[in-house]
Amino acid sequence: MLIEYILFIIFAVIAIMSSLCVVTLRNPVHCAGYLIVTLLQVAALFLLCRSPFLAVVQVFIYVGAVLVLFLFVVLLIDVKKASMEIFKPKHRPLAYGVLAILLIETLVVIFVGGLEKIRLAAPGAEVKVETIGRELFTSYIFPFEIVSVVLLVAMVGAIVMAIDRRG
Amino acid sequence: MESIPVTWFVALSAILFLIGASGVLLRKNLVIMLMSLELIFNAVNINLVAFSYYLQDLTGQLFAIFSITIAACEVAVALGILIALVRNRRTFSADEIKTLNG
Repeated sequence: MLIEYILFIIFAVIAIMSSLCVVTLRNPVHCAGYLIVTLLQVAALFLLCRSPFLAVVQVFIYVGAVLVLFLFVVLLIDVKKASMEIFKPKHRPLAYGVLAILLIETLVVIFVGGLEKIRLAAPGAEVKVETIGRELFTSYIFPFEIVSVVLLVAMVGAIVMAIDRRG
Repeated sequence: MESIPVTWFVALSAILFLIGASGVLLRKNLVIMLMSLELIFNAVNINLVAFSYYLQDLTGQLFAIFSITIAACEVAVALGILIALVRNRRTFSADEIKTLNG
């Protein structure tokens, strides 16, 4: 449908522009702001894929938790001197080589991988939250438990790491 | 009516992935390197969700939920390490952190 194409192009262009700003800007606070814009566009793209639950999760967890954590750390540490850095692409042949290889790989996947055969004839149904919850607590209960343990370990680890032992 | 070809989603995710990878490889500020890592995670999630929609299979969405959770864990631990590092070294630059002993 035409409206979907238009919306996709709008979201994609804004996402690419703001992610370029994330990578090139000097002040980490501005970078975090543009990262919020990018993540919101990605949430909108999830809505275009008829997965509203993931869009909400994206907004809650990324924009609500992760980005606030980033901003908190940037503001906690002296932002003026330590964190400012002008973006100057240095002479780093290895980094450019790796990037060129990644570019070639993605181009091969997109244009040679036969992706154009996968095409939805009609817009699919929206995935209900109920379905996701049922799957998560029946077929995927083991990964779910592992992820919850990982979250606990990460929380404890982050607190232990950030404690100032010298008082 | 046909919907958007899945190639568009894959192309967008590849572009975001390349931008994020260039940020990780070329920047020196540790905070911005972590933000670029988040961009890479998001590119992967776009792929998972798009293929989950186009193949009418729920597995992709569930994996995206797990990957978002792991990304949140990773950010928490990485920022904890970053705070400890900056407290000891007074620097954000990845090039100035060369030794392993504290």
